[in-house]
Amino acid sequence: MKHEIIIAGFGGQGVLSMGKILAYSGLMQGKEVTWLPAYGPEQRGGTANVTVIISDERISSPILNTYDTAIILNQQSLDKFESKVKPGGNLIYDPYGISTAPTRTDINVYTIDAMDTALAMGAAKSFNMIILGGLLQICPIVDLEYVMLGLKKSLPERHHHLLPQNEAAIKKGMEIITKKD
Amino acid sequence: MEEVRLMKGNEALAEAAIRCGCDGYFGYPITPQSEVMETLMLLKPWETTGMVVMQAESEVASINMVYAGAGCGKKVMTSTSSPGFSLMQEGVSYIAGADIPALVVNVMRGGPGLGTIQPSQADYFQTVKGGGHGDYRQITLAPASVQEMADFVSLGFDLAFKYNILSVILADGLIGQMMEKVVLPPYQARRTNEEIRKECPWASLGRTADRKRNVITSLELEPGPMEARNLALQEKYRTIEANEVRFENVGCDDADYLLMAFGSSARICQKAIEIAAEQGIKLGLLRPITLWPFCTEEIQRQLSHIKGILSVEFNAGQMVEDVKLAVEGKVPVHHFGRMGGIVPTPEEVVEAVKSKFNL
Amino acid sequence: MTAQDIIKPENLVYSKPSLLNDNTMHYCPGCSHGVVHKLIAEVIEEMGIMDKTVGVSPVGCAVFAYNYIDIDWQEAAHGRAPAIATAIKRLLPEHLVFTYQGDGDLAAIGTAETIHAVNRGDNLAMIFINNAIYGMTGGQMAPTTLEGMKTATCPYGRDPQLNGYHLPITNLVAQLEGARYVTRQSVHTAAAVRNAKKAIRKAFENALCPEKKGASFVEIVSTCNSGWKLSPEKANQWMVENMFKAYPIGDLKNI
Repeated sequence: MKHEIIIAGFGGQGVLSMGKILAYSGLMQGKEVTWLPAYGPEQRGGTANVTVIISDERISSPILNTYDTAIILNQQSLDKFESKVKPGGNLIYDPYGISTAPTRTDINVYTIDAMDTALAMGAAKSFNMIILGGLLQICPIVDLEYVMLGLKKSLPERHHHLLPQNEAAIKKGMEIITKKD
Repeated sequence: MEEVRLMKGNEALAEAAIRCGCDGYFGYPITPQSEVMETLMLLKPWETTGMVVMQAESEVASINMVYAGAGCGKKVMTSTSSPGFSLMQEGVSYIAGADIPALVVNVMRGGPGLGTIQPSQADYFQTVKGGGHGDYRQITLAPASVQEMADFVSLGFDLAFKYNILSVILADGLIGQMMEKVVLPPYQARRTNEEIRKECPWASLGRTADRKRNVITSLELEPGPMEARNLALQEKYRTIEANEVRFENVGCDDADYLLMAFGSSARICQKAIEIAAEQGIKLGLLRPITLWPFCTEEIQRQLSHIKGILSVEFNAGQMVEDVKLAVEGKVPVHHFGRMGGIVPTPEEVVEAVKSKFNL
Repeated sequence: MTAQDIIKPENLVYSKPSLLNDNTMHYCPGCSHGVVHKLIAEVIEEMGIMDKTVGVSPVGCAVFAYNYIDIDWQEAAHGRAPAIATAIKRLLPEHLVFTYQGDGDLAAIGTAETIHAVNRGDNLAMIFINNAIYGMTGGQMAPTTLEGMKTATCPYGRDPQLNGYHLPITNLVAQLEGARYVTRQSVHTAAAVRNAKKAIRKAFENALCPEKKGASFVEIVSTCNSGWKLSPEKANQWMVENMFKAYPIGDLKNI
C-alpha cells in the first residue's frame, strides 16, 4: 500500500506541521515515509505545500506530478493542484478559503468546515488537526493510536498538555467531513 | 544505541556527525543547509562528546578552519551550499596539496552566481573535476536519501583518513530539506590526542622530543620535488579508483535502456522506471554513489545488452560527459535535465526516454 | 688563554636557541625576520612548551618560518592564519597556538580573519611583522605603506588620492573587546630586542593562561632594506625617523 498526498495552503495554516505529524504517525506504525516541503521564503506568509508519502515499501521519488489525495486550504492551491489528483483520487478542501469550488467529476471531492469548527471550538490552532481527522476518516492510512504517538513525537514537550485537545479536534474532523455530490 | 527518527537530511547529517566521533564543525550559514549548524548548536555536543562547533566569519575562514583541524589529525568538517563551496575552493586545493583528511558537505542549489535556493546538481563538474587550482581529486559521495545523508558522514571520514584526502558529500537541496525515516548510528567515542599521535604520525599536535617537526604545507618551490609530490598524489588517486568505486544497480541487467542519475535525480528515475514498465519500456537505473571514483567499468559491463543510456541530472549535462567517456561511442548516450532549481517529474523523465530514443 | 679554553662550556655567555635549527635562512642580510624568529625559538625553549606549541606561518617572506624553528607548524593560505589558529586552539585548548604574519597577509588579504579572530577573544598569540612593503613578491605597496613612500606598485610614492592611507591595523585591533594585550615593538637595537622578547613572552604566557581570555597581538615595526633599497643601517634610521611616527612603539592595551 502506498499513499501519495499533497497538503497545500497559506504559510501559517499549519500545512507543514500537519504533514509532519502524518509522516511521524506513519513512521510510528512502521511504514516508510517521506515529507518534502516546497522550501524557501514562500513559507513566510505566501503559499506553502508539502508532499507526504506513506508506504509499506521503499519510496522512490519524493517529488510527484500526481497525487492520491490533495488537501487544499486556499484558492491558489486549488487552482494549482485540482488537475493533479489521480482519477479516482480524493480532494479535500475547506470552503472557508475557497471562492470557486472544484469542478472535476472523476475524483472524490470532500468538504470540511475546519476553520469555522476550530473557531467554534475556541481553538483556532486545532484547525489543521480537524483537517487531519477528516483525511483519516476517508483514508485510514494510519491508525489513530499511532497518530497520537506521532503527535507526541512531533510536538515539543512543553506542548504535550495540548494532546487531548488535538485528539478531540482529530475526532471532530472525522465527524464533520462530508462528501460532495 | 541505534535510533529511528524522522528527520530532514540536514538534521540527520548533524546528528550523524556527533555520533561518529567528529571533533569539529566549522560553518557559515547559507540556504538550503543552514539546519546543519542550527541543529549542532541546539544539540551542544561540546557538553557531551566534546565536539567543537563554530560559526566562522565566512566560508573562506570555515574551510581554513577545517584545514587547521585536519592538519591536527582531527575529524573535522564543514557544510555549505554552492556559492559557499565556490568560496572554499582555495582551502579545498590546499587540503589536497597538504595531503590531509577532511569532510565537506555541499547541499547544492541552482546557479550560476547567487542563483536560486532550490535544488540543483550543477556542481558536478566543480566537485568531480576539481573546482580549485592544481591537479587534484576528491572522493565524492552522492546521497540519495536521508539515511545516506547520515551514513555518508562516517563513510566520508573513513575514506578521508584511509587515503588522507578530502571527502565531499555532494547532496542537493531536496535531500537536505526532505524528511524521511532514518536509523541513526550508535555513538562512537572521539579519539584522544594520544590516539591521534599514533594513528596520524604526521599531525601537528606539538613536537615531542622523539621526532622531527611536523609541518602541514602544500608549498614546494623546487619543480623536481613538486613533480614528485604530484606523482605521489596521482598514484594515490589511481589506488582509490581501483578500490573505492560505489554504485547501485537497479534492474540494469535485464533492461533495454539505462537511466543514469545520482542523488535525488536517482529517486525520480526509480519512479520513472515504474511508470515506463507500465508502458512496456524496460528501464534500469545505474546510480553512481561515488561520483569520483566513477563506475566506468560497470557502465562498460552493461554495454553488451543495452540499447542506450539517458543521463538524468538537475543541470545542463555534466555527468553525461563521464558516461560518454565510459561508453566510447558504443551506444547512444543522451542527457535530460532541468536547471535553475526546477526538479523534473518522473513523467517528464519517461517522456524524455521516449523522445531521445524514438520509442 | 687558548681558543680551546675560551670555548669551554663554563665560559659560554650566549648560544643560539636549540629550537632554531641550522638551515640557512633565506632572509636578506639586515632583515628583521631572523631576529624575531630567534626570539620566538628562545621563548618557546625557555617556557619548555615545544610539545604543546603549534605555529601558523603565513604567505609572504616568512612563508618558510617552518624551516627554521623546530616546532610543529601549519602553513596557511594567504591571510588565513588567524582562522587556522582559531580552529587549532579550539581543538587543542591546552596548546600555545601562535600566528606569524606580515603586513599584506594580516592587514590586506586577511583583514577579515584578523579582526574576527581577535574579536572572538580566543587565547591566541599573534605576531605581526610590519615593514610597510611586500617583500617576497618584490617590493609592492602594502596596506601599511606610508604616504609618499615609493614601492614597485606606487613608484611615485603612495598617493592617498589613488591608494588611500597607511592602515594602522594594530590600533583597530586594540579597540576590540576580544583583545587582551596589544603592543608595538621593534628589533633594531639590543634594548629594543630585549623589549620585543618580553612582549613575545607575555603574549605566549597569556595564550596559555586558562583563567583569562583574549588575544595577544605583538606588532614588530620592521625594516625591509632590500625593498626599501637602503643599507641595513640606513633602513633602521629611516624606520626610526618615519615608521615610528606612524607606528609609535609601546603598549596599546594591556589588561
